[in-house]
Amino acid sequence: MQLLDEPIDFARQEGVGAPVWTGRAADSQELQAFAIAAHRADGRIAALWGSDSRQRGGGFRLDCVFGLNEGHAWVSLDLPAENPAYPDLAGIFPAANRMQRATCDLVGIATEGGDRRPWLRHGAWPADWYPLRHDAAQLANEGAGFPNAPSDYDFVQVGGDGAHEIPVGPIHAGIIEPGHFRFSVIGERVLRLEQRLGYQHKGVEKLYIGMNVADGARLAGRISGDSTCAYAWAYAAAVEAACGVSPPPRALLLRALMLERERVANHLGDLGALGNDAALAFGFSQFMRLKEDWLRLNGALFCHRFMMDSIVPGGTALDLDAPALAAIVEQCDAIGREVKELQKIYDEHAGLQDRFLTTGAIDADLARELSLTGVAARATGMILDARIHRQGYTPPPPYAMLGVRPATDERGDVAARVAVRFAEVFESLRLLREIAVGLPDSGVRIDVPPVADGYGLGVIEGWRGEVLVGVSFDGDGRLARVHPHDPSWQAWPALEHAVMRDIVPDFPLINKSFNLSYSGVDL
Amino acid sequence: MNVFGFLGQMFAIALALLLAPLLTGWVNQCRAWLQNRSAPPLLQPYYMLHKLFLKDVVLAHGASPLFRFAPFVVFGCMVLACAIIPTLSTDLPLAPAADTIALVGVFGLARIFIALAAMDVGTSFGTLGGRREMLIGFLAEPALLMVIFTTAMISQSTSVATIVETLAHRDFIIYPSLAFAGIAFTFVSFAENARVPVDNPATHLELTMIHEAMILEYSGRHLALIEWAASLKLYAYSCLGLALFFPWGIAEGDSFLGLLLAIPVLAIKLAIGGALLAGIETINAKVRIFRAPEFLGTAFLFAVLGLLVRLLLEGRV
Repeated sequence: MQLLDEPIDFARQEGVGAPVWTGRAADSQELQAFAIAAHRADGRIAALWGSDSRQRGGGFRLDCVFGLNEGHAWVSLDLPAENPAYPDLAGIFPAANRMQRATCDLVGIATEGGDRRPWLRHGAWPADWYPLRHDAAQLANEGAGFPNAPSDYDFVQVGGDGAHEIPVGPIHAGIIEPGHFRFSVIGERVLRLEQRLGYQHKGVEKLYIGMNVADGARLAGRISGDSTCAYAWAYAAAVEAACGVSPPPRALLLRALMLERERVANHLGDLGALGNDAALAFGFSQFMRLKEDWLRLNGALFCHRFMMDSIVPGGTALDLDAPALAAIVEQCDAIGREVKELQKIYDEHAGLQDRFLTTGAIDADLARELSLTGVAARATGMILDARIHRQGYTPPPPYAMLGVRPATDERGDVAARVAVRFAEVFESLRLLREIAVGLPDSGVRIDVPPVADGYGLGVIEGWRGEVLVGVSFDGDGRLARVHPHDPSWQAWPALEHAVMRDIVPDFPLINKSFNLSYSGVDL
Repeated sequence: MNVFGFLGQMFAIALALLLAPLLTGWVNQCRAWLQNRSAPPLLQPYYMLHKLFLKDVVLAHGASPLFRFAPFVVFGCMVLACAIIPTLSTDLPLAPAADTIALVGVFGLARIFIALAAMDVGTSFGTLGGRREMLIGFLAEPALLMVIFTTAMISQSTSVATIVETLAHRDFIIYPSLAFAGIAFTFVSFAENARVPVDNPATHLELTMIHEAMILEYSGRHLALIEWAASLKLYAYSCLGLALFFPWGIAEGDSFLGLLLAIPVLAIKLAIGGALLAGIETINAKVRIFRAPEFLGTAFLFAVLGLLVRLLLEGRV
């Protein structure tokens, strides 16, 4: 079938996961034309990565996933072994910029023109060495490594009378993840913010090459600790799609239960931290207390506070019995009551609302232009959630029958992101109760038959936004390439825009209202 | 100057040096309790000072001598301020050294040195903090002066000791002017001591800091002196507020018994004041930095109202 009236031929991916159509672009013009058509249809770029298939007789391969209204279009493009290059997509989707640069650093396939600055490569390896190429190990003595040679990075300079720069990080005054923020300011007013990330690059994608499916599941759960369920599920969905199996319904509902518990835990933490960043420490300690209770029940029921390794390809690693489900329902009632009280306090606190309102605003047009997903996109009024029915889109099971209600806010500022989080907490608590009382009797795990070759893409609406994992096998049943994609890729540039009309001391609050992952994009 | 007065003065200074970290510890403890957290020990600030005095000093490469002696100047200013504010007794031999206007100047001197030292090493955070501190300072100082003028008009003197003596001696009549001045003074104290609606002493967010941003580069004994000076400043402001608006119980003249009695009275007043401070900090969020001028503008307005009420309604008393 064709999508968007473009010549690329698409086929629907098998399995019960989110709707994904896979297709192969004949040449780079077709890819570019499809990207332009996707942009015109209010689509977004969902992920972009490259891989090296030269050892299997091919060249290089570029994978682009576009988010369309009806689902995801996964377009791949074969590139020659010599001088692999493809057209710059950042002019169509600005969010592609960093993904393209990371792909260039890791695989060595670059855009024709456009921004050629390194992204993940901070000088820890030479510019002509690409870690994800299959001959990388032979070219460099890996154990010894390379001498660290940090290079200058061309930040965009802002000139003019009184304009100056404030460099912040990568080491911060608090114990948080590392990232560098370059502010160009006049007085307290932010003219421009440019981020530089990649300080947590740890070679996750390299580690995946040649791994078996079970080890891959463990690693997927450890890409970003706060989204372990989302990543594990996305990985499992990708493997299941590649192998052509579907987990039993009880397992799907248990996965949804874990994902919603993860969402509630993170939203509770964020709501507290947002109060703390406005110096309302009362809110912080109250929400942290609730989050702690929540995580302790996770620990008791799933043997892990963040529920790591509970979601595996083929189903779930554990099952919940009736007393456990009763404990979940009881906790939902108790926490729901307390969150309602705290929401009233937040809403009626004049000082807090003064900090939240109009701070760090972005509108829906900008969010669409930047391919934004998740909480930040819904806070601009977009109904964009992989769990929710919308015109032309049916969410994958189990969300199709759960009937998730969208949580949106038109304002686009910190207050809107707070409001969306509160609404999502209540909605998730409702879903948890619904799942806990209506769990069907069936097994929770099926065997995943080993598959030699195949591709799969998993899409899961994590608490931060859309988490994607693309998987391909190498012909021997091992993983040839796994690309985990965090929603933060698209949201970090949105943060640069959100802070632009604000003042320097409001940045931490705006940053916290997005609460993006460093580990998830540095990989 | 008699021997008793001299001893009383020395005792007041020693007490300030000892009690100031305790007041900070008490406020921190109250804050923790009000936030449902288990509190740090009351003596935590002393442990911190002890630790910092034992640590080596790490100096930035570009640090000039100003950076090194600024902590001593700041500490010295705060000790002097504590010496001329009547805490236990109004019989202070050092009091003629500086009147209330000079007291504001002493606080200003400390501010200028700490802001200069912050800019000295050339980091962007130091400059940021120094700039913000001067913004707060130039708005807070006029309001503080107005408060002091109101009290000075009641006592016909700008000497702190005389003002407190007059106010403590008065018959129990309510001065509406003092109520306005008291509100203004409370506002100014929060801003000057980097407390919550204006600044957040507990923050780790370097971009939002005011006071903390200025002292980011300090370590070891320099940091200890600055932390101690911050405690002394809080103590000085608390004692000034207590002396101006709640002077009852303060010792007058050279009565040894009065001095002894004044100690528990002061301790109780400080404990109540500290708890109130923690309470106000807990229920408030920090204002946007460009709302701080509004906050201090309100303080100035209240101070001027106090002065006007004194001039128009209370006449010559």
